[in-house]
Amino acid sequence: MYRIDPDRIDLVEAFKSQPFGPHAAEVKRMLNRLRWGSMQDRLVLVCVERHRRWVLGRLSGRRDRPIELDRSAQFTNLAQAEWEIFKRRWQQHTGRSLAGRVTEPAYDSSLGAARR
Amino acid sequence: MKQIVGYCDRWSAQPGDTIRVMVSTYGPKRFQAGLVRVICGDDRPLGPGFKEQPVAVPWQGEYPGRTQTNPTGSYVRVPASDSLTRISSFTVQTWVFATTPHQGRQALIAKWDRARSEGFALSIGADGASEIRVGDGAGAVASLSSGVPLLAERWYRLTASYDAASGRLALEQCPQFKLPGQASRVESRTGPMHALGACSLPLTMAALPDPTGDRWASDYFNGKLDSPRLAAHALDAASLADALSSGQPPSELLVGWWDFALDMRGDGVTDRSGYGNHGETINLPSRACKGWNWDGSQHDWRVAPHQYGAIHFHDDDLSDAGWSPDITFTVPQTWRSAVYAIKLEAGDDVTYLPLFVRPPADTATSPLALLASTATYLAYANSRITLHVDFAEIRRGHVLAYDAEEAFLQEHGEIGLSTYDTHSDGSGVRYSSRLRPILTTGLRTRVWNFNADTHLIAWLEHLGLAFDVITDEDLEREGLALLSRYRTVITGTHPEYWSTKMWSALAAYQQTSGRFMYLGGNGFYWRAAFHPTRAGVLEIRRCGAAAKYWDEEPGEYHLAFTGELGGLWRRCGQPPQTLVGIGTRATGFDRSSYYRFTAAANDARAAFMLEGISTQERLGDFGSIGGGASGLEIDAADFALGTPPHALIIASSEQHSPDMMFAPEEILFQHSMMSGEDNPQVRADVVFYETVGGGAVFAVGSIAWCASLAHDDYRNNVARLMANVLRRFLSPEPFVFRPGAEWREPPHASRAIPASVRLPGAAGGS
Repeated sequence: MYRIDPDRIDLVEAFKSQPFGPHAAEVKRMLNRLRWGSMQDRLVLVCVERHRRWVLGRLSGRRDRPIELDRSAQFTNLAQAEWEIFKRRWQQHTGRSLAGRVTEPAYDSSLGAARR
Repeated sequence: MKQIVGYCDRWSAQPGDTIRVMVSTYGPKRFQAGLVRVICGDDRPLGPGFKEQPVAVPWQGEYPGRTQTNPTGSYVRVPASDSLTRISSFTVQTWVFATTPHQGRQALIAKWDRARSEGFALSIGADGASEIRVGDGAGAVASLSSGVPLLAERWYRLTASYDAASGRLALEQCPQFKLPGQASRVESRTGPMHALGACSLPLTMAALPDPTGDRWASDYFNGKLDSPRLAAHALDAASLADALSSGQPPSELLVGWWDFALDMRGDGVTDRSGYGNHGETINLPSRACKGWNWDGSQHDWRVAPHQYGAIHFHDDDLSDAGWSPDITFTVPQTWRSAVYAIKLEAGDDVTYLPLFVRPPADTATSPLALLASTATYLAYANSRITLHVDFAEIRRGHVLAYDAEEAFLQEHGEIGLSTYDTHSDGSGVRYSSRLRPILTTGLRTRVWNFNADTHLIAWLEHLGLAFDVITDEDLEREGLALLSRYRTVITGTHPEYWSTKMWSALAAYQQTSGRFMYLGGNGFYWRAAFHPTRAGVLEIRRCGAAAKYWDEEPGEYHLAFTGELGGLWRRCGQPPQTLVGIGTRATGFDRSSYYRFTAAANDARAAFMLEGISTQERLGDFGSIGGGASGLEIDAADFALGTPPHALIIASSEQHSPDMMFAPEEILFQHSMMSGEDNPQVRADVVFYETVGGGAVFAVGSIAWCASLAHDDYRNNVARLMANVLRRFLSPEPFVFRPGAEWREPPHASRAIPASVRLPGAAGGS
């Protein structure tokens, strides 16, 4: 089965440059691997100020339980949030942090706005 | 976060109708209410711009807030009667198929007064084993457990008896298929208690009466019951079986002989004992379910109803929240037909409840009608796909970002599920009711279904075209007579769910000069049925190959409300291509694409559509959903599936993403050409054709289409094409088609060959 190569920083850079795609096949494969999994402990975003501000959340995988919010991780930009969650998942899957290995991006706030 | 929700007792109304508005607040002590006319509910920064028009109403103002509760959980209630109340000795028997036997105490059949510990209750105990309790209402209570936990999703026959004369209590647990250690027969003496209390509460099945609680009942059961019986004598299972073997037990034996195979289309529960202890189902448990004796020989409950004598109960079923109204008003004669919304504000939250106001009875006030897809709104009501489905993020192509509505739905299961969800026991949700708060049909919510349809309303307003509003429920009730008042009928972005009556009415409309514009995608997909007597309740059976989030139970593919085969219209032998020229081809939610005009766009028959547009342009290479007019769920023509042979495919989309993938019914056997990145059959088609009597059909094949209308302040080729078509469709000049060279020979390819395995240009291809 496909495993993410922790040395493929080129894939990380490719994702970082276009967090909402379109993605090359290799990047897409990496993203699918990071996104595949159950709802339990899944990182999500919860909008706290409509179209303006989102908070990092974690699902419990159980019904009727509030989404656990991490109010220390707030975003005014969906692309920035996507990048933050990507970094966390990358570390979880590969065991290696991206800190110091890639530069932090600066996204335009309109990126990702054409979603419903 | 949501602080106020509500619902109206109607979605569709006409002048003179009375509307009741039910409201619940979560925190705020007061709320504001008013009315707006809906123009555009999409408040995204890249959207067309939110626009509502306040309407002055005498009832607008401030109201006291309160939190209203939802009585979820289905059960059967049989009113108290002399024959039920006076029993002392008894035998109670039922077949049971528990789906969550280890989820705590669950009542099966009870006539039990919790406050007085009086009566009897056959239940599943906290340990998962069957148990019987009796109480005399004077402090004496006895219970008996089989001691053997029930296995999930296995049929057992349970028989419990109590002999008041001897105080003997007995319980037998008998599995349908013998498994080691599953059978049990226990017996005990109750000691000094020799009289069963004359509980005056109704008899219940699948819950215990709890008149003082918020939900009236408690101890809800998940699973199926079949053939419940109650005798006014203490018998063992063998004696009871002997007495019933004739098919008609002695009248003095049974006081309750409930046959769930009768009245399966509605809420009734029939007692065949002769004592008239008929009951009713509460909160729409699932009917027409396989019983203990289903042998696999029949799959249509109408052919062998005796094999479908089970009801499947769920602790999260909900048909009518039953809230007390906060506002009541009558629709004035002065209101024009339009989409309105009751605007509720509390704290820093706002909620909109849609109200589709029709013209006065039996009239039309415009030659144009917008058919609001209320059946689809209902099927999706309170959908929790993105909260429950593990692959939701993969399908979206980005991290799941929840709005306030979704965060509320995650916490408030009590407001009921959608037909996209599963019950707490894992079985699929078949029914949806609008008599409860629905968070997926508001303005300023996710742009899908109702809110996406407001893009179309905004465009009509921009054009200054008057239109009437009608709904699916109106079409279900009034049929062709409703449509025939209009020269042109248009849909919204996603008319997915169609009952047979709706389908037949539209087919007839097209045969009688009607003009029809299908302005979305994934339309005419699932066969649905409305409840025969309850307004605003829809049924779906998710069977066969289809895009779906749960799979129907084998043997239960037929709708309870009508008896018809459920599933896709395509699988029922009536593909959408026969009705509107196109049908679902693919779905993908990460980004949208554009259309390219085909050679057929140069056909003289299409000239009216293309005034002011160059066929060299890309069509819809823009839009506020995914950046293109072809996206989300897309439809294509298919002559093998019934696209009329003279249909013009004037444009087809291309360059879709790898996440735009064939719908399951378009796949025979998997291969590597499944997505829009590789396979040119993954596309949407824009189709036009003339019908008889001067009518015509125009279809665009994409849910994202209407999100392109407002691009560049409506100065774009999607809006231009639409305006050209609509103005021509509203003209009295008939459309005429004279068969000639354009008439395409019907293909010889089998309908069974789906698009994913058909090469472009091959017979039957498109």
